[in-house]
Amino acid sequence: MLSKIWPFTFWKISYWQQWFRVAKSANNVAILNPRQIYIVPTRWGLLYATMLIGLLIGSINYSLSLGYYVTFLLASLGNIAMLHTWRNLLHLQIAVSNASPVFAGDTATIVLKISETKNRPRYVVAAYFNRQAEVINDIKANDVQLFDIPLTTIKRGLHSLPRLTIYTEFPLSLLHAWAVVDNPFQLLVYPKPAESIYQNNLSADADVQGSSQLTKGDDDFNGHKNYQVGDSPSRVDWKASSRGIGMYTKLYSGAGIHTLWLDWLDTTGDIETRISQLTRWIIDAHATQQTYGLRLPDTELAPNNTEAHYHQALTTLALLS
Amino acid sequence: MNRLLTPQHLKWLLVSLAVVLGTHIPNLPLWVIMASISFGTWRYLLDRYQWAMPKIWALLPITLIICVGIIVTFKGFFGRDASLSLLVVMCSLKLLETKTLRDYMLVIVLAYFLVGNLFLFNQTIATFGLSIAPLILLTATLINISFKDAGKQRDIQFTLKLAAQLLLQAVPVMLILFVLFPRIPGPLWGLPQDANSGMTGLGDSLQFGNISNLTKNSAIAFRVQFKNAVPERNQLYWRGPVLWHQEDRSWTMSSSKIGLQPEIAKVSGNPIQYTMTLEPHNRLWMLMLDLPTLIPQDARLTHDYSVVANKPVRTRLRYDAISFSSYQLGLSLGERERLLSLQINEGENPKTVQLAESWQGLSAVDKINTALKRYREQPFVYTLKPPRLDDNPVDDFLFNTKRGFCEHYATSFVYLMRAAGVPARIVTGYQGGEYNPNGNYYIVRQSDAHAWAEVWLAERGWVRVDPTAAVSPERIENGISDALDETDELPLMARPDYPWLKKAYLNWDSVNNGWNQWVLGYDDKKQLDFLKKLSGKNLNLMHMLIGMVSIIAVIMGLTTYFLVKQQKAKLNPAQRIYAQYLKQLKRAGLTPNNGETVLHFAARAADALPHQQTLIMDIAQRYNIITYSASPKPLLLEKLAQLIKQFHVNKQQ
Repeated sequence: MLSKIWPFTFWKISYWQQWFRVAKSANNVAILNPRQIYIVPTRWGLLYATMLIGLLIGSINYSLSLGYYVTFLLASLGNIAMLHTWRNLLHLQIAVSNASPVFAGDTATIVLKISETKNRPRYVVAAYFNRQAEVINDIKANDVQLFDIPLTTIKRGLHSLPRLTIYTEFPLSLLHAWAVVDNPFQLLVYPKPAESIYQNNLSADADVQGSSQLTKGDDDFNGHKNYQVGDSPSRVDWKASSRGIGMYTKLYSGAGIHTLWLDWLDTTGDIETRISQLTRWIIDAHATQQTYGLRLPDTELAPNNTEAHYHQALTTLALLS
Repeated sequence: MNRLLTPQHLKWLLVSLAVVLGTHIPNLPLWVIMASISFGTWRYLLDRYQWAMPKIWALLPITLIICVGIIVTFKGFFGRDASLSLLVVMCSLKLLETKTLRDYMLVIVLAYFLVGNLFLFNQTIATFGLSIAPLILLTATLINISFKDAGKQRDIQFTLKLAAQLLLQAVPVMLILFVLFPRIPGPLWGLPQDANSGMTGLGDSLQFGNISNLTKNSAIAFRVQFKNAVPERNQLYWRGPVLWHQEDRSWTMSSSKIGLQPEIAKVSGNPIQYTMTLEPHNRLWMLMLDLPTLIPQDARLTHDYSVVANKPVRTRLRYDAISFSSYQLGLSLGERERLLSLQINEGENPKTVQLAESWQGLSAVDKINTALKRYREQPFVYTLKPPRLDDNPVDDFLFNTKRGFCEHYATSFVYLMRAAGVPARIVTGYQGGEYNPNGNYYIVRQSDAHAWAEVWLAERGWVRVDPTAAVSPERIENGISDALDETDELPLMARPDYPWLKKAYLNWDSVNNGWNQWVLGYDDKKQLDFLKKLSGKNLNLMHMLIGMVSIIAVIMGLTTYFLVKQQKAKLNPAQRIYAQYLKQLKRAGLTPNNGETVLHFAARAADALPHQQTLIMDIAQRYNIITYSASPKPLLLEKLAQLIKQFHVNKQQ
């Protein structure tokens, strides 16, 4: 990559980013003050400036007083646009409202709360973690606007948010004003679940380990799930399948009868693979509303089937070191 | 980044381009206008009916045809008119492949440039006014494009208002730049040939029809402001080129004049001091009152006392000058000059020569008087529409048609004099002028162009003789409008009818004069003068730059302050009357704490003012209802206003 070689590194804004003043959040709120807002001309701004130089040369060459007038008026317009663009970000208050945990590899949505307190509507304010996924909104005067900003996750764990960039080019698109915001919010990323195929290993037969079978009791019909290789043929809803709508496995609940233990020791591979497998089992168990417990080398979660339990189990896996 | 734009964006762009095109209509050939309109319409239809954009190979031949068209129309690509046409038609052709932000921006920036080009053609107040609408529209188009999504775009009113606001806020810095940005005297390089076309003025030769054509032009030749006494109207002879050489029908400045000794002038009486503002005419003449003594810099005096600039007058010139109306010029006549001023082509105009020869024996003065008497007594007519003259034009005019304009009288008179052996020459220039009381100056138009004669008399030198005055004294005393009958076509402004129109015109002209002096004439010299007057010191470039930057910094600081200053939120009617009520309570020392609700505060106030407890609680409740109801409640509001009016805090309480 050219941009890795000096002096081409300087072309990238990301190189300069490290030197920029960053708006730090206090109590989750960052206020964009004048010193944190940067402004440069956009490429249209540069085009405009080139046009102005042309006009100026023409005015000098032809001694056109009114040529000077247009040149100076437009130059001054650029200058005024600069103040307006800068003002469009000034004193905005940025807070992270919330962000639900996601599985690694999925895209998290960070809900940003941007408040306007200066009795002045702000137009076309964009925010992004990643330039390709920016969110643009207007903010009404003395109002709060939510920005749902996508963030791609890679690894499980508790991650600080990357630096958020807020920018605007309003009103003339000739100037680009931006500020970089740091927020201490930590995003929880659950482990990436393994492909469903791993389920085969353990649900192949109920009696291998007894404890790790994913099916529930036999008592009450409880619903359907998509058929997966290895499900007992007796559980397949053949009526449904004969109607040509796909293979479904009938679920029966028998709470408390078969408690499922998802055990570290039942998994194979390296740590991340094992965690992935456990994650998959938790998801599936939760989806089929089974009661399950989680057994890890040095922790154990008592069996349960609540929503809170599900998240606790995933969180435990996410934070496992 | 190369996002596509919406139909709304396109509409803005097309409308503002149409307006830019509209302002340029007089400067473009018809086919360029038609082509631009059709490209714009085509682009609109493409969008309207979702047709496919034309492919590049379809546009190439069109581009080629346009280039050929430009070359044929203008005989080349270069020059002001050709480049403008090329720019306009290419800008509108660009529309046909305009879909992304990049294309839009390119077209808008080009269009801004085209607005600037407007002033290459003229710089009148009207053109200045004409430039405002396209600037607002283009700025509004930029604003509209900044709203990226169609759904979030604002209405026309919002966009136009914001554009106008931005431009208005840009005015202070523009003014400072205009005044303080160091003016560099142009041109930086050679101007194209056509840069100065369309300027009119005196030519360097005189043929029948030259001046009468000029007379139909009401354009202003120059303006004059006299510092003290104004000479009589019949003394207002503005001296231009002096013509010596006769050949067929035309009189020219003789090239053999070069090397002649300057004529010696003796002046007497009071000097006439005045300031000239000469309109550009693309020639060298700098018109001055007969007889010029003090001439401006960058000009020289020819041996026969016309003032000639060092380079063609292509910008409006303003200069101070001094002339004397009583003078003696060229008391001694050299041999070469005598020959030159007696030259006539032999074998032409036999009747005239014969007539002149019949005067042999008369003194020079008598010859002049005899000739003038002839003009006076025979039925000569002063008219803008003289009949065509035959191969001996002077004969034909003097003995046959007897209808002519000043050029006919001047040339025939000088011819007659030369034939009679009196040295004579033609002086061209302007005569008269129109007084504008609003600005206390004189306006001299192209329609005041004139030609007269100078004859040389021993002891007296060159003496001005105006044969036109013999035929039509009104021309000299009152101006051209009085001298002509109604069938002659005079420009509107030179006609005597519509006095109110004339008055309005004079008002307007004084505005124009100020505009010319202060806006258009603001060049490097004027800038230094003005700044010197303003600061009392001679300023150099460094001072100007430092001053400019610091004033702009101050203006920007102020602008920023006003832009950032928090605007007060507008109160709704309920809040407004409630605020009055709070003012009353304040007299009792009661103000709501931060975050205190209306009802909590009311409870506290009621405790403090037990007499009015019910009233206070009533007000609070009603105010709350109004504030939190979705629909307006005019009746409740009225009641609240009544209650609040009842409420008074006495000092004792």
